[in-house]
Amino acid sequence: MLRWILGGREAQGTVEKSAALFIGEEQPKNCFTEMQVLKGHFDIVRFLVQIDDLRFASAGDDGLVLIWNVETGDCLIELRGHTQQITAMISYTFIRGGNAHTALITASSDRTLSLWDPDSGNRVQNISDLQSPVKCLLVLVCLDVWLSGGNELCVWNRDFELQCKTVHHSDAGISAMVELPKNFIAAAMDKEIVIFKLNLSGSDIAVMAMRHLADHQDTIHSLIHINDGLFASGSHIGELIIWDSVDWTIQAYEHILWEEPARDGQSEFKLNHQKQIERSIQHMSSDGEYIVAAIGSGLYVYNVLMKSVVAYRRIAHDSNVLHTVLQQDGRLMSCSEDGSVRMWELQDLPLPAEPASSGFFGMFGTFGRSSKQTGPPAKKIPEVPGLRSLELIGDLIGHSGAVQMFLSFKEKGLVTCSTDHLLIIWKDGEFQSQLRSLAVFQKLEENQEL
Amino acid sequence: MIGSPDVVALTKEDDFGDSFTDPCSLPEEFSVPLFAHAANANPWTKTSYAKFSKDFILVSEFSEQVGPQPLITIPNDPKVCGTFDLNYFSLRIMSVDYQASFVGHPPGSNYPKLNFVEDSKVVLGDSKEGAFAYVHHLTLYDLEARGFVRPFCLAYISADERKIMHQFQELSSEFSKASEFLKSGNRKAFANELEKKLKDLEYTRLVLHKETELQKMNNGCYSTQAIEKANELANVEKSIYEHKDLLRQITSYPSRKKKDVDFIQQETEKPADMSVIDDTLNSHHSDIADKTVETESKSRKSSYTPQLIKAKSAKCFDKRLKTMEELCDASFFHQTLEQLNIIEKSFRGDLCLIYTSQIDRALLSKQSVTSFLFEAERDWEYGGTSKNFSISSNNPTVPILNLSGEPLSLDSYTTCIDVDHIKPGVESMEGPPESSTSDITQETSEAADTETKGSFSSDKSIEAFGGVSPSSLQANYFDGLERKSKVSIASPSENASSSVAVPQRTSDGNLVPMDAACCIGQDGFIFEEPLPELAQECCGDTVVNQEPLSFLQGDPALQVDYTFEESALAESPNMGLTFSELNTEEVAKINIEDVSDSTSFMSASTSSDRAVSLFTYGSALTLKQKKKAGHSALRFIRQYPFAQQAIFCLLSGRTLVILGVDEGTVRKLVNALFIFVPNLGKYGETVQPWLSSPFQLTDLQRWKLIGLQRAASPAGSSILHSLNRYSRYISILDCDNKTLRCPPYKGTLVSHLADHRTQIKRGSTYFLHVQGMLTQLTAKAFLYTFCHHIHLPMDINDQGSVTSRRTNFLLQLSYTVEESKIVHYLSELIKQHYIQGSSKGGNQSFCFNYTTSYLYKI
Repeated sequence: MLRWILGGREAQGTVEKSAALFIGEEQPKNCFTEMQVLKGHFDIVRFLVQIDDLRFASAGDDGLVLIWNVETGDCLIELRGHTQQITAMISYTFIRGGNAHTALITASSDRTLSLWDPDSGNRVQNISDLQSPVKCLLVLVCLDVWLSGGNELCVWNRDFELQCKTVHHSDAGISAMVELPKNFIAAAMDKEIVIFKLNLSGSDIAVMAMRHLADHQDTIHSLIHINDGLFASGSHIGELIIWDSVDWTIQAYEHILWEEPARDGQSEFKLNHQKQIERSIQHMSSDGEYIVAAIGSGLYVYNVLMKSVVAYRRIAHDSNVLHTVLQQDGRLMSCSEDGSVRMWELQDLPLPAEPASSGFFGMFGTFGRSSKQTGPPAKKIPEVPGLRSLELIGDLIGHSGAVQMFLSFKEKGLVTCSTDHLLIIWKDGEFQSQLRSLAVFQKLEENQEL
Repeated sequence: MIGSPDVVALTKEDDFGDSFTDPCSLPEEFSVPLFAHAANANPWTKTSYAKFSKDFILVSEFSEQVGPQPLITIPNDPKVCGTFDLNYFSLRIMSVDYQASFVGHPPGSNYPKLNFVEDSKVVLGDSKEGAFAYVHHLTLYDLEARGFVRPFCLAYISADERKIMHQFQELSSEFSKASEFLKSGNRKAFANELEKKLKDLEYTRLVLHKETELQKMNNGCYSTQAIEKANELANVEKSIYEHKDLLRQITSYPSRKKKDVDFIQQETEKPADMSVIDDTLNSHHSDIADKTVETESKSRKSSYTPQLIKAKSAKCFDKRLKTMEELCDASFFHQTLEQLNIIEKSFRGDLCLIYTSQIDRALLSKQSVTSFLFEAERDWEYGGTSKNFSISSNNPTVPILNLSGEPLSLDSYTTCIDVDHIKPGVESMEGPPESSTSDITQETSEAADTETKGSFSSDKSIEAFGGVSPSSLQANYFDGLERKSKVSIASPSENASSSVAVPQRTSDGNLVPMDAACCIGQDGFIFEEPLPELAQECCGDTVVNQEPLSFLQGDPALQVDYTFEESALAESPNMGLTFSELNTEEVAKINIEDVSDSTSFMSASTSSDRAVSLFTYGSALTLKQKKKAGHSALRFIRQYPFAQQAIFCLLSGRTLVILGVDEGTVRKLVNALFIFVPNLGKYGETVQPWLSSPFQLTDLQRWKLIGLQRAASPAGSSILHSLNRYSRYISILDCDNKTLRCPPYKGTLVSHLADHRTQIKRGSTYFLHVQGMLTQLTAKAFLYTFCHHIHLPMDINDQGSVTSRRTNFLLQLSYTVEESKIVHYLSELIKQHYIQGSSKGGNQSFCFNYTTSYLYKI
């Protein structure tokens, strides 16, 4: 694009390669025409948590938690206390005095857990000298307790009192947790999913492991709640398993093998190719019906109810996709290590003509794990009914480092956080302009200058 | 002797009777009263019968020793007053029966009492002299004066009666400020004086007491000597009591009758200024000063050694009375002079002109909502006028001999030379004129005065012309004048053959009354003059082209010229513009652009490096620089066919990056384009003229025009990388390859603004053109911003219709889609500015569009 500046030495190939993804500067469907850069962090910003309609918190490797106003972009409060990077952050809403209060729970590598009041900036509670750093947090609203997962699973009440804990000797520890019905918890520990049960007897809570689900071949990176009946897990080698929440049985198994376009069908080299292509499931998100999985630098949309793939794009980004979100209107967003956020739209294919070449994905039955070795059937897109295409409708370029996460405030904007220590609020320029007009007239009225 | 001066009644007509107002007519406050046109009347001749050439300020005193006497004139150029009899006029103005404060022993009181009287303000006309004056009387306290008071008056003298009458309110408030400075300083000085006197008295009492005791011891209680001593002691006691009472009165002066809002504002601004003048004085507020009198006097006690004095000070008429400067604290006195200079400057010129500038100012102050976009910040230009003036008043005034007969040629001659060759450094080197002028009446100052002037003129200033010492003025004025006029008329022809001939004559003319130093100075001035051709041309031009010279006498253009030269651009930009136009039009009908540009705008740098030196980041941008930029912009538009696209980018808020290897070239382009950057900021914050490191995203938010270095180094490649990455937010003007990559522009607006076939020849004209167009654009943006019906939603879920109404509105203003973006961007700026106030705080958001860019080539 800027080859004339760079002296035309840019490799043609790379341009051609991403040509399908290059949307250009004309993006009529991209409403984000205003940005606000928020500075405040000194290191990678990894977590964004929404507090209410107006506020969100950001945290990262500098141990700082900053509370921002999404409308003005002002940093409201700095929460200082952690000496090392923050490993998990969650909002915790509880009722006190008839009013709902939202607090923040943060976990840090310095083996502390803190409860913050985002209104006053006070560190309300603090627990230090934990045996292991906490990697994930989960709030159980119905029980009014919260869980921390590290090498062991701990259950805490609202006042930061340890209710019970499990002892695990796995080095990997718990990397993700999902709440299941009937006070069950699913926790991802390396290659296993462990089902815990919380037993309530009076005011005492006990936790015990119920079952170990060891169907994944590799480390589980992602564990999400789909709907009341299902949850999903994704592993490092591209295994996507849909589980039943109640009886913990496998509802669907997908082993997604991104493959190079089969030029000659020589399977001898396929393994090499497969290894070169990153197919780790980094992140998943769901709206209850669809799952979008970030697999390597690609995106994969799966319909849970139909148990079928909806759309996929093998190379959606120039680098690994770190976070995805499915929106209500059939659009999805993804952010990546390449520093961009991309917006996609699910579009019906005009004809069953194949898109360019084909990524390949393996499709197996519910218990088809054993058939993996048989080799995938030849790619036949028309065989998949209702396959749609994932069209790029816009991208947000601003960060100079990997975009770690984003948080949508609907029409108020979209917040992204990045390795470059910055946060950016992307806003709908037209909407903001109208808001400003209203503010102007309001001020005119206040000043009685109308 | 004291006649009946015709005090003009101050009545204002209240015309509230008219109910019908023509909606198209200008509001009352903006209308300029028309000149009362009588048949064949030359509007400019009416000043001719006055014996002075232009308005001036006279400070007079009613001295108890010699009667009314003039002290200071402002401007301190003796030629301004001409043959006008200052002594006589002082008598006239001082004899106006103003409410003299009664100080002394009022009936029923044993002790002298100070009256804090209000100043009196009257208008006085002297039809015989053709002089009309606003007279502001005030009294200062002097312990040695009769009744402790010294009556002074400040008078604004003009030949135009209407000016005095119409500007009475403004004059009154301005002079009140000056008077207030004087009086505050005087109170302080008076209190100090009292303190000293008290010390003396107490010391005297002590000595007397000792002596009395001694005599009592020696001679017994009732010896005559002892009685005398006792009486003396009693007198001293009484005197001490009286003085203590006076001190109490002066220090308990009602802290201030803060009626005058202007004055309060002035006060708030002043301290910073004054601290520059006098660092040793830690507090300058008069009320604070009053309070600090005691503490200061305490500190002085150690330094002051009391003297033995007589209890009853005899009224000694041979005693030298204190000068005005001594009466007031020095810093207050200088501040007063400064204020008077400001008054003189702001009321200079024809009434029309004052009206126009006042209206101009009033209008501009109402435009604060939009004026930040393309005009310099108002608060800086107006609120801080005194500051500006204090700077400019340090520069020597350019003496203009616009007296009857010959003013223009010489005048414009000085103008050319001055603007061209006097470096700013030289100007600032020369001392403030006030220092030598305040003691006009003192004979002794003559020598020193002449000497300093002489040394000035060696700095190739034309000051020597005005260096006629005041005392010698009356005698040789006509003589010198005559010769000078000869010189100026003859000089063109003479100059053609030899430039040396001119100074010969000039110095001849002045040789008789003046010091040798002056002549040397003048010789030096001419010899060092580096561009005689230009000077000749100017002179030739003016003398030949602008013939009936006498007709032009009193022409406002002259005064205009004068104003322009002195106050430069500290005043309203529009005024400055007009003046410069007039100036250049009249002085030089030279078609060489560079020359005309440099004569009118550049004072220092040479044409080769001026583009580089023009834009200095971090210093306030002056209108001068902007007008200079007009020339560069004109050149840019002629040179680059895609200038319109570049200007469109700037106007629509898309950051324009000028990429190039050579810093000079890049800076030149930045200088050419910065006048199109909306919301440029006081210091041009939104422009980065030269950047050699990769820019960040936040920089795009901050800077709208960036000069960027193209380098082959690794840093260079990272710069290119950032260019590539943010290419959707920026437009890139590559000045090495002469290409521009930016969104397309369709429309007529920018093509009117930047027509490469424009007939406009000169940079200043082009700048005016641009200003006009941008003002028009700003007006549209204002309209767009503040139109209710297009922005307010009909109901809550009504976003779509607002959008379409907005679009339709802009289309109705016959703007294309691209031009709508400009208006939209300006409107957003206006909104943000209005909501947040002028403060640039807060986290600004950065708007952009997703549009395809194209590559334009020459």
